[in-house]
Amino acid sequence: MLKKTGVATPEELANVLPSEGRLNRGAVAVLECFQNIPCNPCATSCPRHAIQEFVDINDIPSFDGDLCNGCAICVANCPGLAIFVIDETYSPDETLVKLPYEFTPLPASGDVVVAVSRAGDEIGHARVVRVQNPPVFDRTAVVHVAVPKALGHEIRFIKAGGPSRA
Amino acid sequence: MRMFDVCIIGGGPAGLKAAIAAGSQGLSVVLMDDADHLGGQLVKQTHMFFGSEQQRAGARGVNIAKELVEQVTSLVNVEVVLCTTALGLYDDLVLTYETEGSYRKLSAKKFIVATGASERMLTFPGNDLPGVYGAGAVQTLMNVYGVKPGNRVLMVGAGNIGLIVSYQLLQAGVEVIAIVEGGPSIGGYLVHASKVRRAGVPILTSHTIKEAVGVNCVEGAIVCELDSQWQPKSGTEQRIDADVICLAVGLSPLTDILWQAECEMVFVPELGGNVAYRDSTMCTSKPHIYVAGDVAGVEEASSAMVEGELAGLCAAKSLGVSGAHLTLQITSARSQLEELRSGPVGDKIRAGLLQAHR
Ligand SMILES: Cc1cc2nc3c(=O)[nH]c(=O)nc-3n(C[C@H](O)[C@H](O)[C@H](O)COP(=O)(O)OP(=O)(O)OC[C@H]3O[C@@H](n4cnc5c(N)ncnc54)[C@H](O)[C@@H]3O)c2cc1C
Ligand code: SF4
Ligand code: SF4
Repeated sequence: MLKKTGVATPEELANVLPSEGRLNRGAVAVLECFQNIPCNPCATSCPRHAIQEFVDINDIPSFDGDLCNGCAICVANCPGLAIFVIDETYSPDETLVKLPYEFTPLPASGDVVVAVSRAGDEIGHARVVRVQNPPVFDRTAVVHVAVPKALGHEIRFIKAGGPSRA
Repeated sequence: MRMFDVCIIGGGPAGLKAAIAAGSQGLSVVLMDDADHLGGQLVKQTHMFFGSEQQRAGARGVNIAKELVEQVTSLVNVEVVLCTTALGLYDDLVLTYETEGSYRKLSAKKFIVATGASERMLTFPGNDLPGVYGAGAVQTLMNVYGVKPGNRVLMVGAGNIGLIVSYQLLQAGVEVIAIVEGGPSIGGYLVHASKVRRAGVPILTSHTIKEAVGVNCVEGAIVCELDSQWQPKSGTEQRIDADVICLAVGLSPLTDILWQAECEMVFVPELGGNVAYRDSTMCTSKPHIYVAGDVAGVEEASSAMVEGELAGLCAAKSLGVSGAHLTLQITSARSQLEELRSGPVGDKIRAGLLQAHR
């Protein structure tokens, strides 16, 4: 249970997953934010207004998948690191997942890293396809990884090599 | 003796904003802090902040501190004195303070006390062993001085501070074995909990530390499960090997100077302990003493900044500054505070403030 363990339940996740139709059309954000907290950078950072402007700063984000193009700007701007982008159309057998990552050293594209679940379990491998770390992201890098289709909805973290591996 | 319009004690987010607010009205302001730099808690916050854009949400605390310090230093009528500790505040508008080993005095028409909060300790056998730290100390070591506190950390407390400091320990390459939390659920924001959990740190709710184990320093800890009455369940003890036990069990307002000045105080658990009664201008029962930030109730940097601004503006108004713009700024600060505290996580603060306002 999320409030006891920090891991969202399948029911909670089902509520925020874009529709199958939308997932089939390509990259789209998944906002795993379930609590009313005073926070709104997701909404203010989205250039396409896919995350509705908050009426009350404590609102839970309200998301319109049809307006989202999966650019991942919100991924780097969410202080909760709670947003991910999933592209199920990436290849016939792989899903592309864009994750926020704040550890050093950053992986490089081509690296094979350990795929980690919401619960911190190692669930397989992921191939780093691209690392975005422009100054406007202010040190929250967005790492694009390709994973087997079955892991697309499971992987939420990676363990890359190096001395400060998480 | 030097005279100022406004003297601000404490250069954290609350004090900095108070100095900018009062300084921008053209008043002569002195801002003092006992540290050798301004910024208070903010300089240790390497994570992105919550709040809305007005309070710089999404920015990292340390960057917010830099911006505020730049604004303060650009105001020629604001004097900053560092390595200076305020000691006593008197009804004849005199403040005594210590700087460079000498005891001095200054006078100001209004004082804004923005001294922040201090960390709470927990009692358990072995809590005096080297290796038992407060979370703030761990954060200062790591993020201000670049020193690792140890290699294997047991975190006590799953409020925002315990969660965030755990995350920062991981970023520094330190292993966090577990976070134990006495309460039945995680107190901090769940998005923070999720990010440390997926990085491999288990969060054990309804668990506490029973004792620290070690001869000359911490070698481990005994943790156990708690029942719904917060009593240890027998047979649930387990030993965890660790060289650091980090306590993140809450903060209490740092109110010594308010007691000494004989402001009327009230104990409000929701605000972290004893706080001064204040009116809607942040003025205490002493007309020359204002409060802002964690000293007025342990909350967040976002609200500390707005409270600081409100106190600075209201102190200026009480000194005769006027104008439509000032009134507008005061109204805006009040509505920002209301908005920040409006949600369910603000319930506690709102309940606390009801008891401290008059
Ligand atoms: C780990 C951690 C994470 C946090 N994360 C967030 C977050 O994400 N978002 C958020 O909004 N808030 C966050 N906060 C809370 C935030 O840092 C505090 O609420 C805020 O710093 C309070 O501001 P302040 O100005 O009241 O006090 P402080 O920042 O504590 O500043 C008080 C200053 O007063 C000085 N002082 C004290 N006594 C004296 C004296 N007698 N003479 C001279 N100087 C004195 C101190 O040295 C200090 O510099 C976090 C806090 C911690 C510890
Ligand atoms: S991925 Fe881009 S378009 Fe989609 S919600 Fe995030 S910022 Fe908006
Ligand atoms: S920015 Fe992130 S944590 Fe904040 S409301 Fe949006 S999704 Fe939730």
